[in-house]
Amino acid sequence: MLGKSLGQSSSHPLTRPRGLFSALHIDPILLTLLLLLIGGGLVVLYSGADQNIEVVKAQGVRMVVALVVMIVFAQLDPAVFKRWAPWLYLAGVAGLVAVLLFGVGAKGAQRWLAIPGLPRFQPSELMKLVVPMMTAWYLSRHFLPPRLSSVAVSLGIVLLPMAMIILQPDLGTSLLVGTAGLFVVFFAGMSWRLIGTFVGMLSVAAPLMWFFAMRDYQKQRVLTLLDPQSDPLGAGWNIIQSKTAIGSGGIDGKGWLQGTQSHLEFLPESHTDFIVAVLAEEFGFIGMLALITLYLLIILRCLYIAATAQDSFSRLLAGALTMTFFTYIFVNVGMVSGLLPVVGVPLPLVSYGGTSSVTLMAAFGVLMSIHTHRRMISA
Amino acid sequence: MPWGEFKDIAAERRLFQRRTTVVVFIVLLMLGLLVARMYQLQVVEHDIYTTLSDKNRVQVQSVAPPRGLVYDRNDELLAENRPVFGVTLVPERVDGMDETLSKLGTVLDISDEDLERFQRRLQEPRRPFQPIPLRYDLNEQEIASLAVHRHELPGVEVSAELVRYYPHSELTAHALGFVGRINRDELQRIDPVNYAGTHYIGKSGIERFYESMLHGRVGYQHVETNARGRTLRVLERQNPVPGENIQLHLDLRLQRLAHELLDGRRGAIIAVEPKTGGLLALASVPGFDANQLVTGISVKDYRGLSEDLDKPLFNRALRGQYPPGSTLKPMLAIAALDSGVTTREKAIWDPGYFQLREGGRRYRNWKRTGHGWVNLMDAMAQSTDTYFYQMGVEMGIDTMHEYLSAFGFGEDATLDVSGALSGLLPSRDWKQAVHNEPWYPGDSVNLGIGQGFMLATPLQLATATSLIANRGHWVEPRLLRDIKGDRSVEEFLPPSDHDPLILKNPDDWEFVVDSMAEVMHGTKGTARGAARGAPYRMAGKTGTAQVFSLAEDEEYEEEDVRERLRDHALFVGFAPVDDPQIAVAIIVENGGSGSGTAAPVGRALFDAWLLGFPEEGKALVTGTTAEGAE
Repeated sequence: MLGKSLGQSSSHPLTRPRGLFSALHIDPILLTLLLLLIGGGLVVLYSGADQNIEVVKAQGVRMVVALVVMIVFAQLDPAVFKRWAPWLYLAGVAGLVAVLLFGVGAKGAQRWLAIPGLPRFQPSELMKLVVPMMTAWYLSRHFLPPRLSSVAVSLGIVLLPMAMIILQPDLGTSLLVGTAGLFVVFFAGMSWRLIGTFVGMLSVAAPLMWFFAMRDYQKQRVLTLLDPQSDPLGAGWNIIQSKTAIGSGGIDGKGWLQGTQSHLEFLPESHTDFIVAVLAEEFGFIGMLALITLYLLIILRCLYIAATAQDSFSRLLAGALTMTFFTYIFVNVGMVSGLLPVVGVPLPLVSYGGTSSVTLMAAFGVLMSIHTHRRMISA
Repeated sequence: MPWGEFKDIAAERRLFQRRTTVVVFIVLLMLGLLVARMYQLQVVEHDIYTTLSDKNRVQVQSVAPPRGLVYDRNDELLAENRPVFGVTLVPERVDGMDETLSKLGTVLDISDEDLERFQRRLQEPRRPFQPIPLRYDLNEQEIASLAVHRHELPGVEVSAELVRYYPHSELTAHALGFVGRINRDELQRIDPVNYAGTHYIGKSGIERFYESMLHGRVGYQHVETNARGRTLRVLERQNPVPGENIQLHLDLRLQRLAHELLDGRRGAIIAVEPKTGGLLALASVPGFDANQLVTGISVKDYRGLSEDLDKPLFNRALRGQYPPGSTLKPMLAIAALDSGVTTREKAIWDPGYFQLREGGRRYRNWKRTGHGWVNLMDAMAQSTDTYFYQMGVEMGIDTMHEYLSAFGFGEDATLDVSGALSGLLPSRDWKQAVHNEPWYPGDSVNLGIGQGFMLATPLQLATATSLIANRGHWVEPRLLRDIKGDRSVEEFLPPSDHDPLILKNPDDWEFVVDSMAEVMHGTKGTARGAARGAPYRMAGKTGTAQVFSLAEDEEYEEEDVRERLRDHALFVGFAPVDDPQIAVAIIVENGGSGSGTAAPVGRALFDAWLLGFPEEGKALVTGTTAEGAE
């Protein structure tokens, strides 16, 4: 498999760098790929933020912080995560309750918890890590594949925080938290028949959700996806403009800083959620191929780490975190290119914004920890 | 660790690896889907989105052509363009229309009318991001205070445009007409493409008549704009074709003199160059400041103008229809001679009145004691009504109608004078149709002295007078003299369509001209006072038109009649007699007598034109007129 060949050099026991990185609990391949992504991301951000170097500097600082967080997480033994998982989960749920009761935020959504003396933080963001940890901890207590009752409990573990995050409301984060938890269940070996049953139930539930659960603005986003021209200056504007930006980029793009859609302010959110449209406009199809290839390499490396992990908890956690990362990519690019409704999901490690970057890098720290804390007996 | 458990661990690992393989396929499939989507947008549909992107950023803006300038015959500027600053709002960019308007109200002086008009335009259908004007003609202080507050007022912009300006405002308002904002009816009429950047259109006068020539051809520029519609740079520009600059026959000095001569009264003066038909002066007093009407006048000010008893908006020279009175006598003399009703020698006895039959109604001569024996020459010089009463009856309506038509009465004979009225030349059919009565001989008696049903405009009187000055050669009155560009006047000026008036004895022209000279220079001439001491010979005819009819034999004193019921004073004439350079028609409303009030005005105009304008000194005489003076 591709992942194995990538892992070849890192698993070679005699190279010096491996010894150094090993001591630091860093996976050099994953680190290289991430640095490439972050560096490229800053270049695109400079253009997306309309050449405002301050934005790039601020993002650079955040990325340094995120890298430090990653290194810190990499030092912790996976056993620590396993031991702490139930307590972190309880603390996270308590945090979500607190957010619903006295959270702060903007635009009608309460997402932040402001505890005096601590920096403001989003408990929901933390749950992207904690939910897969908790689910993996729960399922790895028994032999796999899990029994039906275990699957049911796992689903409960996933759905409780998901529901609380939807109430904030924050559909994007809830989706990512849910994905993380459900992939744990999937990796654990939930039977295909059961998966089929759930998919069948979901397709029945979807219309019911439309009528009973979805808010008007969410319905509007779906309707807009189906026919952006119905409201070209309102809800359809974002989709029309981002598709125009992407399409007008062509094969080799308009050139860095030459994108008319973003620089003339037609493209909304050009340095945050819609930054991929800037890349597509300025670097074209070739640029997009490069980006997707880079993401694919990161995913494959992470899946390789998951596959070579030594215990089920690590495997399930590594696999789920990888798939969360993939979900970010697919939802964001799908949304910007008009395949999916507009959901507030950033392009991982490229979009401007600190919170999600830190969480993502923490997840990569966990993956590195899993990879570098293997005991030699397994080989 | 028991063996079985180890085996299960191996099974768990295999299970996980199988699941991972599935996941890798899912990931490849879905990323492949994203790549396919990008391929679709960026390669397959690239052209569509390139067009959309260009349409987004590139806008076509129209560039209004500068309106052609108007000069007088001496290249004095009569109508120019000046930049005017206004405030416009783009509703899409304004946050909170009501707040913005109230905030603007503290910075600028915005009247309720401005607001009302703005709100009305806001309701009308329009393109998105199209600015709506709120107020025009900001002064420098207002522009400055707007600039200071601009950051608090998104969507509010100061616009500059070239707007018509008439430097001689009141002097030329009636001669040139004026431009104004395009209204809804005009919008239906004009070519929307050519007027895409234009907000003004000729409303009257030559501004209206030569609209297409003065307007020019619209230009375009392709500009790059951002999402908020702000222009960033010009990509391509097709310059507009400016309107043609034109020169009129009008002489600003004569126009000014005409206004000064009528100052404080109501009246009109038309001066024509007989050779060309060019209008040298076209004055209607009082005038108004046409600049007020260009950018939009307030309802109050407009009401002030339109309800003024002196009617400053009314163009008396073109649209004032007056009984011509005795000024019609030279034309009737031509008619009487050529139709054979009278001869140069034929004399009649004037007892001071005329009766159709013994004991019937007495039509009074202006001189109650009568002029005694008078021939045509005497009757012209002294303006003997009795003689012309008889001529009128003897000619009859049909003959008079035929000849007066040939002089241009009863029609608008002008070539490019917009809005001229045709007066009223009565006929047998007309009376039957309008009054449902036959034409009575008494009607002919009245028409014989230019009274009764007959109405003529000052411009028609001037036209008929130049026909006499030209001895029957027709030249229609016109304003356009030259076009400053490559194009010729003939391209725009409608063709002449009048045949010359040929008399059976062409010498009759000279006789009538002599009789008009007798009015001015003869010992009994009614206007001899006005012509006294002139170094050239002039021809003229005075007239006094009754504003209301007096009952037979009723005595009245001028002083008893309220000022506005006094007679209109009229004068027509031309000079010099042998080589006419200028023909005039003058009416002074309620001016009293033609000889006392109107004839001196004519003399002043002749002197200025032939001898030089007062302020220039007698020696200074301009080109064409110098020859005539000698």
